[in-house]
Amino acid sequence: MAKIRVENVSKIFGKKVTQAEELVKKGKSKSTILKETGATVGVYDASFEVEEGEIFVIMGLSGSGKSTLVRLLNRLIEPTTGQIYINDADVSKMNKTQLRQVRRNSINMVFQNFGLFPHQTILKNTEYGLKVRGVPKEERKIKAEKALENAGLIDFKDQYPKQLSGGMQQRVGLARALANDAEIVLMDEAFSALDPLIRKEMQDELLELQQNMKKTIIFITHDLNEALRIGDRIAIMKDGQIIQIGTGEEILTNPADEYVSSFIEDIDRSKVLTAENIMVKPVTINPAHDGPKMALKRMKDEQVSMVLAVTPPKQLVGYITADDALRCAKEGQTNLMNCVQQDILTVPHDLLLEEVLPIISDSKTPVAVMKNNQLVGVLIRGVVIEALAKETSAEVTAHE
Amino acid sequence: MNNLLDQIPMMPLAKWTNNAMDYITEHGQGFFDAIQENTESMMLAVTDFLLMVPAIVFILLVAVLAFFATKKKLGLTIFAVLGLLFIYNQGLWNDLMNTVTLVLFASLISIIIGIPVGICMSKSRVFESIMKPVLDFMQTMPGFVYLIPAVAFFGIGLVPGVFASIIFSIPPTIRFTNLGIQQVPKELIEASESFGSTGPQKLFNVELPLAKSTIMAGVNQTVMLSLSMVVIASMIGAEGLGQKVLTAVQRADVGPGFVAGLALVIFAILIDRLTQSFNTKKG
Repeated sequence: MAKIRVENVSKIFGKKVTQAEELVKKGKSKSTILKETGATVGVYDASFEVEEGEIFVIMGLSGSGKSTLVRLLNRLIEPTTGQIYINDADVSKMNKTQLRQVRRNSINMVFQNFGLFPHQTILKNTEYGLKVRGVPKEERKIKAEKALENAGLIDFKDQYPKQLSGGMQQRVGLARALANDAEIVLMDEAFSALDPLIRKEMQDELLELQQNMKKTIIFITHDLNEALRIGDRIAIMKDGQIIQIGTGEEILTNPADEYVSSFIEDIDRSKVLTAENIMVKPVTINPAHDGPKMALKRMKDEQVSMVLAVTPPKQLVGYITADDALRCAKEGQTNLMNCVQQDILTVPHDLLLEEVLPIISDSKTPVAVMKNNQLVGVLIRGVVIEALAKETSAEVTAHE
Repeated sequence: MNNLLDQIPMMPLAKWTNNAMDYITEHGQGFFDAIQENTESMMLAVTDFLLMVPAIVFILLVAVLAFFATKKKLGLTIFAVLGLLFIYNQGLWNDLMNTVTLVLFASLISIIIGIPVGICMSKSRVFESIMKPVLDFMQTMPGFVYLIPAVAFFGIGLVPGVFASIIFSIPPTIRFTNLGIQQVPKELIEASESFGSTGPQKLFNVELPLAKSTIMAGVNQTVMLSLSMVVIASMIGAEGLGQKVLTAVQRADVGPGFVAGLALVIFAILIDRLTQSFNTKKG
């Protein structure tokens, strides 16, 4: 069961809503629609599902409708059309009281500029959600203090938000949402107001927290690097529409359109792609029953100077170069096992490219990619450089 | 062309107003009398109480208040002591206490009515657009004009003075309350709502505390305006410093007029600084 299910949700600001909808269907851009009808398309026809325990990132530039979309989920902004299900309950049809219950118990929010109340202490701020819910004084103090303790902020509980740095304020913002024990946390550009070092720290903290808490998190950002770093899946928005949903790898290796491609152009691929993404299908031979002549033939057929020796089921033995195979053939060896060189390097399939690079550049031989102790591919220097240099072509990734 | 315009008969607005006034006075007489009597006796009681306190004790209390309200700076304290001593010395103490009562009632009632009205304005666009011209009307109509219905409703004395003062001085409290609430950052409103606050929870936990300093600026203005109505209200028999000024004007007697006017100025400065310091202290 999906924790959050969004079906064909649209939000059009302004008066001529139906007229604007018609124009969107015709594929007119946001600015044309604004000119013709005076209506602003916030979000158009968004559909997606978020699983429990997932970090779902909604990414887009400013004006793409991502902040509007996240506010539709808890109806801080009323959707024009469409359904929003949280735990299979249709939020878009709820009355005020039901909606308040959902906001109090299931879904909390963290804001870009922290959204802390300047006239209340850190502790009171953290207690806010509990207070609104009617939790007794003692109990909410205990809960809020525990949340602050987890965030490492308990020493500051009697201070006011202004006395804390931006990073600390946002930790309070997060602690406030977590103190409330909601299953879903909406984070609207939560780290965007922080400087880059603090931002990275907060991302790490969030990932660490997530390991223990298993919340369902909707994270809004305009920063693709951030999206790739923390998102289990990413939705990319443009002009109020979701144009692609997928894992970071899917988006990088298979961008839906030119817009997404231009987006991912500047990404440091080495920090996102893994060995698996750039490995090629190895040319293999089974040394247990093939001889040196067979090996030479395979090399000639595949136009390579080396094959990997693999025994079923995909157990790596080593590699054989053309020279080795020739020598063995001359010496009259029939058992290829004796010709196999075993000093081959291996890397796990999910190793990041930035860590793969030094291994490859030091190695004179190909590097084998292993998954569950089985050979899945091989890294060849030329291909790796090609992958870093430009878009990973389908040719490279199609191999498994 | 002018002839053409002259052919339109004059609209009897003045007559209509009079008719409406007559109607209200006639049918609401019991109601107005009840208010008049109760308020008057309350105000007299307050004035009597203030006069029961020995002047020296009163001056000391104000001095202590000024001392702490200004974070233990001496300026306002010295001013308060010297100013009040001057007023006492000039034999205007009784008049001052009458004026205090008048300003106190006018301000308190303005706040009690004004803040809720301001809140309603901030919540309802329709109500806001209705109230804005009404407030403009209340503020720009000369204060004297309010004296006429005030007398018609409440006769002469303190109560009509308070009534006229309230109408004249309530707009800043209403406007600033409305403004203060609308100025609360949107993100904080969203934060409050996203945790499932009800309307009143949002109002009392977030909106009013954050709008407080703006509201207090409005209250300060209201107090000052009600003070400025003191002289005008004395025309319909409200006792106090204003009456002294009025008498001096009627007799073209500069000396007493100046002294009573100066006493009013001292009182005004004192009240202004005190209400302002409460604001900066907490806001």
